[in-house]
Amino acid sequence: MTRFAIRAVLGRKLRTALTAIAIVLGVAMISGTYVLTDSIDQAFDRVFSQIRQTSSAVITGKPAFDLSGGSGVAEPTFDESLLERVRELPGVAVAEGSVDSDATQLIGRDGEAIVSGGAPNLGFSIADGESPFNPLTLVEGSWPGPNEVVIDRKTASENGFRVGDVIGVQAEGPVERLRLVGIFEFSSGLSLGGATLAGFDLPTAQRLFGKVGKLDEIALAAKPGVTPEELVAQVEEILPPGTQVKTGQEQAAADASETNEFISFLRTFLLAFAGIALFVGSFVIANSLSITIAQRTREFATLRTIGATSRQVLVSVLVEALVVGAAASVVGLFAGLALARGLFALFDAVGFTLPNTGLVLEPRTVVVAIGAGVLVTVLASVYPGFRATSVPPIAAVREGATLPGEPLDVVRGTWRAVLLVAAGALAGVAAIGTTPGGTIPSIVLALVALAIVLLGCALFPARSLGALIAGGLGFAALVYGLFAPDLGTTRVLLWIGVGVLLVFFGVARVTTRLIPGLAVAVSPAARWAVVILSALVWPFFTLPFWLLRRGAWGPGSGAQRVGALVVGTVLNPVVAVVASTMALRRALTRFEPEWPVELPGVVPELATVAVGRENARRNPQRTASTASALMIGLALVTLVATLAAGIVQTFRGAVDDLWKESDTDYAITAQNNFSPIPIDAAAAAARAPGVVAVMNVRTGQVRVLGKTIFATAVDPTARELITLSWKDGSQEVLASLGADGAFVDDGFADENDLKVGSPLSVTFPDGTTALFRVRGIFEPPTGGSPFGDVTISTTAWDARVENPRNLYSFVAMAGDVTPENTAALEAALADFPNAKAQTREQFIDNQIAGLNAVLNILYVLLALSVVVSLFGIVNTLVLTVFERTREIGMLRAVGMTRRQVRRMIRHESVITALIGAVIGIVLGVVLAVILISRLEFVDFAFPAAQIVVFVLAGVLVGVIAAIFPARRAARLDPLEAIAYE
Amino acid sequence: MNEGANGAVVVARDVTRRYGEGETAVDALRGVSVDIAPGKATAVMGPSGSGKSTLMHILAGLDKPTSGDVRVAGREITSLGDEELTRLRREHIGFVFQFFNLLPMLTARENILLPLTIAGEKPDEAWLAQLVADVGLGDRLGHRPAELSGGQQQRVAIARALVARPTVLFADEPTGNLDSATGHEILELLRRSVDEYGQTIVMVTHDPRAAAIAHRVLFLADGRIVRELGEADQHTILSVMEEVAAESAPPSS
Ligand SMILES: Nc1ncnc2c1ncn2[C@@H]1O[C@H](COP(=O)(O)OP(=O)(O)OP(=O)(O)O)[C@@H](O)[C@H]1O
Ligand SMILES: [Mg+2]
Repeated sequence: MTRFAIRAVLGRKLRTALTAIAIVLGVAMISGTYVLTDSIDQAFDRVFSQIRQTSSAVITGKPAFDLSGGSGVAEPTFDESLLERVRELPGVAVAEGSVDSDATQLIGRDGEAIVSGGAPNLGFSIADGESPFNPLTLVEGSWPGPNEVVIDRKTASENGFRVGDVIGVQAEGPVERLRLVGIFEFSSGLSLGGATLAGFDLPTAQRLFGKVGKLDEIALAAKPGVTPEELVAQVEEILPPGTQVKTGQEQAAADASETNEFISFLRTFLLAFAGIALFVGSFVIANSLSITIAQRTREFATLRTIGATSRQVLVSVLVEALVVGAAASVVGLFAGLALARGLFALFDAVGFTLPNTGLVLEPRTVVVAIGAGVLVTVLASVYPGFRATSVPPIAAVREGATLPGEPLDVVRGTWRAVLLVAAGALAGVAAIGTTPGGTIPSIVLALVALAIVLLGCALFPARSLGALIAGGLGFAALVYGLFAPDLGTTRVLLWIGVGVLLVFFGVARVTTRLIPGLAVAVSPAARWAVVILSALVWPFFTLPFWLLRRGAWGPGSGAQRVGALVVGTVLNPVVAVVASTMALRRALTRFEPEWPVELPGVVPELATVAVGRENARRNPQRTASTASALMIGLALVTLVATLAAGIVQTFRGAVDDLWKESDTDYAITAQNNFSPIPIDAAAAAARAPGVVAVMNVRTGQVRVLGKTIFATAVDPTARELITLSWKDGSQEVLASLGADGAFVDDGFADENDLKVGSPLSVTFPDGTTALFRVRGIFEPPTGGSPFGDVTISTTAWDARVENPRNLYSFVAMAGDVTPENTAALEAALADFPNAKAQTREQFIDNQIAGLNAVLNILYVLLALSVVVSLFGIVNTLVLTVFERTREIGMLRAVGMTRRQVRRMIRHESVITALIGAVIGIVLGVVLAVILISRLEFVDFAFPAAQIVVFVLAGVLVGVIAAIFPARRAARLDPLEAIAYE
Repeated sequence: MNEGANGAVVVARDVTRRYGEGETAVDALRGVSVDIAPGKATAVMGPSGSGKSTLMHILAGLDKPTSGDVRVAGREITSLGDEELTRLRREHIGFVFQFFNLLPMLTARENILLPLTIAGEKPDEAWLAQLVADVGLGDRLGHRPAELSGGQQQRVAIARALVARPTVLFADEPTGNLDSATGHEILELLRRSVDEYGQTIVMVTHDPRAAAIAHRVLFLADGRIVRELGEADQHTILSVMEEVAAESAPPSS
């Protein structure tokens, strides 16, 4: 039977390949994700361990609590006097202090800051170029002395810097002009991606970074015979508070932990989309297999007549799926390697070079990718497989025998269904309830429970009832996950995931019922959408193609034909190439191209359209499953778009509220709109002529009431520059925070029972703790709060935070927004190339632009599942055309032209795609509404423009999917088609 | 060889078969009793719609009678479950179809061996060689059905039906899809299997020439056996056929 199954796969290469593509794409995404993230991981690990290679131990500042990266506050420094004391320790051979900064902006020759994507701009001190701790080698020039700088080779060559140039460098203070004396690279040849690197001597670095008399770390080399652990023990004896010591290796691991966290986030994020693509792929596979099995009824029946048991038939289908799944997964695995390589190249091309030390293919990647691919394929084949077992032997002799009912018919029964659904639901609740214990087993259990519920739903004698119950339970799970209190992230996500899956299954099944009606309803829309699309390509493709073919093989006089050739080539030279190859093929082989007599129109005949429409209707189950694959992708895309529209609208509303009665004219942020920037920039802007007031908002992490939270600090000028909605207190609070005043947001106040007058003890990263008093409670606008949970005055903040940073600054100017004022601000900021001044509108747009970037990434990732569903449509159509060979032959024999055949197939395809799109979009909006009603900071907004685009995308998917099957159908020779048996 | 009480390998008693229900019900068989003797070829003839195929499907256990009993190789089969029927087919029944029903992705040899493969049995190479030689497929074994002529495909189908040495071989219009010369060769082949291996055959046919190779010809009309002939030439058969057609035509409708 196994051999039979394998032969069956090989005997249907095209169909198998089309089915397999769905799996290949999903698996490629899984393996690509792992390979990409593992490779980045390895590269970073090498970078970090290399840097620490020669250090036996490292002393760093110790924050009072763990800080997350990019939080606006740096780890605390310590006094440089420690260095001398450490050097006196008996175990220390060499000790070297250094400072660094991840905001060391280099200024290009054009005066603009050199930024590439999100890569950091690293600056550091090089106390002694020859020291064993220096992981760098000079390529050219010398190590830096006072007021000199050395930079990495890549930055130098990309920006045309040469030794001897004077370049602008800006860290905490304004731009300084330093002489470039050397160019270096990592001794090991490592590349740190798109980052810029700049090295200075220690005093220069301390001055630039605002760390005069301070150090960020001390690297230690032990005397021979002293182990790193012994050295650490010695250092610990003299270690002042606020510092810590680690062995070099531990320090490397700590250095890497932040990137590791980011990489594992990236991994999970990408895997989620791979999962979606595979899920869509499972629909495609289940559908393709169902169709193939229906078409192979005779074959299975014959097997039964010669003694095959129904179990053998099932096994043969499962083995077939296994073979396809395994082959597709292996292809996908390697496609994933190519994908990872491509992604590296892509990131490189957009200026966000990732560190790369070669592609890493972990055994885990192979196991997970192939396991997932095979599992999904085999699971998707179970139901079609059971259908195959219900083929009776008599079907071998009954012409046109169709599958009798469904395999579940025998066991269908309301009670059984109810019991099974209830059992599955309980199992699901229990499985998700145990999440904190172990996430992976819980997920697996939840999926098993999901399968039980689905089986239960399938057992309802009334199919639609079962589908509705699946969908209903899905919505219930979704709503519960979103609204039930205190679930914790994992459980919320599991509930949502399980809920959405159920909803998709339910909707997919209900769709079957709706197909006949929907097909009729969307048919005119499909027709006219295609007419519009064809009209758009008509002058550029259709017409020149027709002219060229006519020119190449008549009819018409010689002059006419030459004219046609010329005009066609002028209109579209690419098509001319296509036509020439066709002519060549015709000359060399028996290939006979279509005879182009009539000028091609764009409006398909009603009769053609009607046949296409009826074809879409005649097998609702098939059309529904095909459309459902697309439905899932579009539902998710629409969900994302609706959420984004909501966020944008609410954000605008929030900012408008904030500025309603304020004097704010301009805002200052980092070039990338979100990085906290050194406060000197805003201070410089404040000195610009015409500036009336500047309000800065600093941000960073602090510890309050046992939790690490984001706090903000604000200038008293805020009273005039923003308007808050106060629950307790007034605008006056903003101006009168003083040294110990704070205001908190209303949710934070409720959670912690804070009232005006409550004391609030705040611990800063350097370990100092100060007591503040709540002076006011404000209600943050729905679109997002401009402040953190707790806000104090900038004076109080700066007293305790080293090198404070502004998240943004608002500026009021005499005469409001004028070109002169803009110019004045820009001039004042000239020394701070990383800061930019924007008007209110620009500020809002820029903030939203960040969201759009995220949105585009999501669209690209979801596009993968849309592509998978596109192949699903291709697959269904190819199988359908195959099945209807005789019928198409008949139609051709009674006078249907090839073009009409193509249009017929295309219409069926577009109807299927449109149904998928419409249901997906509706479902997406519904899901978004549910989600938004949970998210307090977003209001609902209907993304009308995007939805029009999605509908058109759906039509396009239909048109593209039809190209290949329609050509196959049109090429069928009517005679052969009829004789076909 | 398993035989019935009277030596017959297939025994039917008062078999009726009704398709559908109520007003649209069709009685395809209205009480057929027949014994199929071992080692003989039996032809079933009759006008179109007289119930020939239905009878054959029921005798072969592909379909169940509405009432009546069928015994194959001594076993009552109307009450058997799917599993047991499958075993019965493996051991006792072979089929030759009008449309050959070969599996397109398998070679001729693989198609022939399929019943054994499915049953997990090793082919008896000597028997296979003899069979292949007898059906005249020697050099065609590596070909796929699509690369074979209709007659060759039917030879493969016959070899497949014979390979497991079934108790009885059923054939429904085995020559219905072949030209008359090819059809004749196929019939000779079937007859030889009876003569040389003692194969029992039940064959449905419209063609008097085909029926002429049988030891016994049954005539069906309106779901009943109306005539029976022993070994007969094709002219006799043709005239009986015409009689039967004339009798059954007026009342039907
Ligand atoms: N599956 C079915 N459902 C309903 N009626 C059927 C079915 N199969 C056969 N019949 C009816 O039963 C009667 C006998 O059919 P059967 O196929 O046995 O005839 P036949 O003698 O083989 O005819 P032919 O020579 O045309 O093959 C016919 O009237 C036919 O219409
Ligand atoms: Mg018949």
